[in-house]
Amino acid sequence: MKNRYGKITLDGIIFNNPTFVLVLGTCPTLGLISSASSALGMGLTVVVVLTLSNIIISALRKIIPNEVRIPSYIVIIATLVTLARMILAKLLPELYDSLGGFLALIVVNCIILGRAEAFANKHTVLESAVDGVSNGIGFTCALTIMGIICEFLGKGSLFGTQIMNFKIAVLATPAGAFIIFGLSIAVFTYVLNLFMRSRRIRTNRIARENLLDSKTVDAQPVKEA
Amino acid sequence: MATFIAIVISAVLTNNFITHQTYGICPFLGVSKKTSSAVGMGVAVTLVMTLATAITYPIYEYVMVPLGIDFLEIIVFIFIIASLVQMIEKIIEKLSPTLYNAMGIYLPLITTNCAVLGVCELVIGSNTASLLDGAAMNMGWAVLYALFAGLGFTLVMIIMSGMREKLNCTKVAKSLAGFPISMITASFICMAFTVFSYIA
Repeated sequence: MKNRYGKITLDGIIFNNPTFVLVLGTCPTLGLISSASSALGMGLTVVVVLTLSNIIISALRKIIPNEVRIPSYIVIIATLVTLARMILAKLLPELYDSLGGFLALIVVNCIILGRAEAFANKHTVLESAVDGVSNGIGFTCALTIMGIICEFLGKGSLFGTQIMNFKIAVLATPAGAFIIFGLSIAVFTYVLNLFMRSRRIRTNRIARENLLDSKTVDAQPVKEA
Repeated sequence: MATFIAIVISAVLTNNFITHQTYGICPFLGVSKKTSSAVGMGVAVTLVMTLATAITYPIYEYVMVPLGIDFLEIIVFIFIIASLVQMIEKIIEKLSPTLYNAMGIYLPLITTNCAVLGVCELVIGSNTASLLDGAAMNMGWAVLYALFAGLGFTLVMIIMSGMREKLNCTKVAKSLAGFPISMITASFICMAFTVFSYIA
């Protein structure tokens, strides 16, 4: 039981990371990673919207007819984004300005519709909530890491505070965002492949040892008899 | 006339949707493997962007703002775009089966393309003066801006597909193959486009 939620969490954050593995939601990623704080703000907004939309869609999954499910999902998501936008405009006007047009574009972010279609309409509310949070965290981590790299190298600052004078200005533009995003995907896939290979080797070795053990265990009673 | 030139230069070159605003990256990376499909996608996106702006702009300006329900813009716009795409698909299917075969598969993808919702939101936003060189936004300029933004999108799609066709003939390191190398290619196009910001 606990293992299942652990698997959903790990899948969302690492093995099926929406940004690095599935390469979804690229527009806000490329548009916002020139600043770490707006990248983090975007990520956290997506966590909230994704979790709520997953919960609502999963709770309504038996009521929504199959033929009109996509329009229904879009209305649910658009309502949540409208709410998020109003709340951010009131409470965090600075973040609202830095996110700009990308806040409204959360509606057409493939991650949210993708999770609704691939996960939330087949699983229970609790599982969908866990899936929403973990996918959102995966997206947030990816955005924030790339945001820190881009902002540090491109502007010489971290979360808005100036640290060094040296800067590679091109990395703060969309061109730099494309380069950093591409290289991050490459590094992530490389490390993930290494990890998967070592894990496969380890499970194979354990399976082989178990097999040998069971053979000896099996063999012994025969000898004694 | 000056505003017209400003719109053309701003929408196609200096504020290009892909290279400056990073809208519509999913089709840009997904459908740019072949030049023919890139052209099809570009034309389809341009068509939907222009029509969507021509419908959403008057609805926002003359219906939603006077009624004080302009906070519902996202819900209304995404519904208009989704039904518009569905309608265009049906119309093209009836009128021209050849065009439908060429463009049909791209149309359903366009509903969730940021470029369409992005342009609808952009022309009603508070910062429209910078898009039009200071002129006030109206229906005609909005549609024209959407049309040229779509053409700028098509231009970058075609450049990208040409580069990716060449890229197929080269050897790429294993972990860079696929998305990473496409993104690095895209970044060179972006760098080339930053030069145009000196026009203004």
